[in-house]
Amino acid sequence: MLSLAAVSAGYGSFQALFDVSLEVAQGEAVGIIGPNGAGKTTLMRVISGLIPMREGAMTLEGRSVGGLPAHRMVEAGIAHVPENRRLFPRLSVEENLRIGAFIPQARAHFAERLDWVFSLFPRLEERRGQLAGTLSGGEQQMCAIARALMSKPKVLLMDEPSAGLAPLVVQQVFDLVHKIRAEGLTVLIVEQNVQQVLEVVDRAYLLEVGAIKLAGSSAELKDNSFIRQSYMGL
Amino acid sequence: MDIYLLEAVINGILLGGVLALLALGLNLIFGVVDVIWIAYADIVMCAMYAIYFLYTGLSVPLPLAFLIAIIGAASLGVLVHLLIIAPVLNSAPLNQLLATGGLLFFLQSFATLLFGTDFRNIGVRLPVLEFATIYVSFARLIAFAVGLIGAIALYGFLKWTYLGIAIRALAQDRDIVGLMGVDPRRIYLVVSAIGGGLAGLAACLLALQYDVHPFIGNTFGPVIFMICVLGGLGNMIGGFVASFIISQIIAIGGYYSSTELSYVLAFTFFIVLMFIRPRGLFAR
Ligand SMILES: Nc1ncnc2c1ncn2[C@@H]1O[C@H](COP(=O)(O)OP(=O)(O)OP(=O)(O)O)[C@@H](O)[C@H]1O
Ligand SMILES: [Mg+2]
Repeated sequence: MLSLAAVSAGYGSFQALFDVSLEVAQGEAVGIIGPNGAGKTTLMRVISGLIPMREGAMTLEGRSVGGLPAHRMVEAGIAHVPENRRLFPRLSVEENLRIGAFIPQARAHFAERLDWVFSLFPRLEERRGQLAGTLSGGEQQMCAIARALMSKPKVLLMDEPSAGLAPLVVQQVFDLVHKIRAEGLTVLIVEQNVQQVLEVVDRAYLLEVGAIKLAGSSAELKDNSFIRQSYMGL
Repeated sequence: MDIYLLEAVINGILLGGVLALLALGLNLIFGVVDVIWIAYADIVMCAMYAIYFLYTGLSVPLPLAFLIAIIGAASLGVLVHLLIIAPVLNSAPLNQLLATGGLLFFLQSFATLLFGTDFRNIGVRLPVLEFATIYVSFARLIAFAVGLIGAIALYGFLKWTYLGIAIRALAQDRDIVGLMGVDPRRIYLVVSAIGGGLAGLAACLLALQYDVHPFIGNTFGPVIFMICVLGGLGNMIGGFVASFIISQIIAIGGYYSSTELSYVLAFTFFIVLMFIRPRGLFAR
């Protein structure tokens, strides 16, 4: 589905990613874990076209999409729930969802898409007229995920969706990943919450100082002594 | 209340309509593109010249001359963005000010070179209406009505269309609108065209009341900036309300003293308010 080959990227003279290669198959959920500053967010930004890659190649469904700007990547089928949610605070919940359906192919199905998203997040329907900036943290995360789903993506990128949320809400977010997958979506998720994310993804990559250090199935990584010590505190 | 004061108040409200149109355009551009178009009032000047020459020189019917001027001003807005703003979009604010400030001198000098410093009037005399001994200029009434309709149309566009929501979204978080499938560069062009078009519309209304000359922009440009800052830069509704506050000060001040003094009064009010509320009357 999505494949990156030897991708490098950075900011100015600073290189943040070195030769990153990864694969995500159709319908799979894949995790990316790693310490602060490892380059996880940078990787997501490169995939969604927010920052250009310097070297390497990227394909989506076999088609080369390297170097496309963000608005073209959305049309190609990638939706990105950014770090810290980044809702438009002075737009209402419904306007945030509407802007999520900005691309022509999504606009045409706005009403049915909205129904579906509201069925996933009934809370958002109750709050549809409220300004997004006044939602609670959990509601904001739901809204950010819903906004990304409005574009009818093939691949959903999530950057630390559980950050700053109460344990109960974190569980809801992870439950949601199950539901979204049931719809046939492919998911790539960045998480610090290693123990919990390994419960919902099929495989995961460990990113450290801008390079992939380890990769494996969830079961393998849960048993890996390095991961257990450094990232699960066991 | 004395009848002449009432007349001044009414004329103030009517003047506010045109000022509001310009304040909306400037605020829209500032809120979205994050650049202050110092030369905004000079786009109005260009459009006024276009109306003057189309109507008096080429005998184009006035409504058509207006339409051409609005479209021309919108195109000029796009051109200004592409040629002057886009290259300095990521530069320091001071450089951006210098670039659009340079455009101001360029347009004024260019107009002087082409047309001289003569005051020109399209010579359309609209009647003065009398409502129970209160005299109201018909041109101002039209200007107010069109200004209000323009403001409402802009509000509806920003509120209910996909493009309008995208424009507001970009103003709130420009770094991630790409993730919504929105091409920021396209939004900048749309906003520059709308801003230019509003300047063109204002030019139509002003051409009915004032002579055009190369420096006409200087007579109301500073007032518009004052209004925008007073309402909170980028705050469209704030700017709209501030237009009417300032126009009242000018009108009522003009009634009690002279027009010149009323501008002094308006700017004094502005400066004092800036000490009390540095981020504008309606800062959030
Ligand atoms: N806009 C930027 N300009 C310059 N350097 C940046 C920028 N964004 C990130 N970096 C740097 O790139 C490196 C990787 O940052 P990134 O945000 O990708 O890390 P991360 O793995 O997402 O961290 P965290 O877990 O804290 O979110 C860091 O050293 C960071 O300082
Ligand atoms: Mg991050």
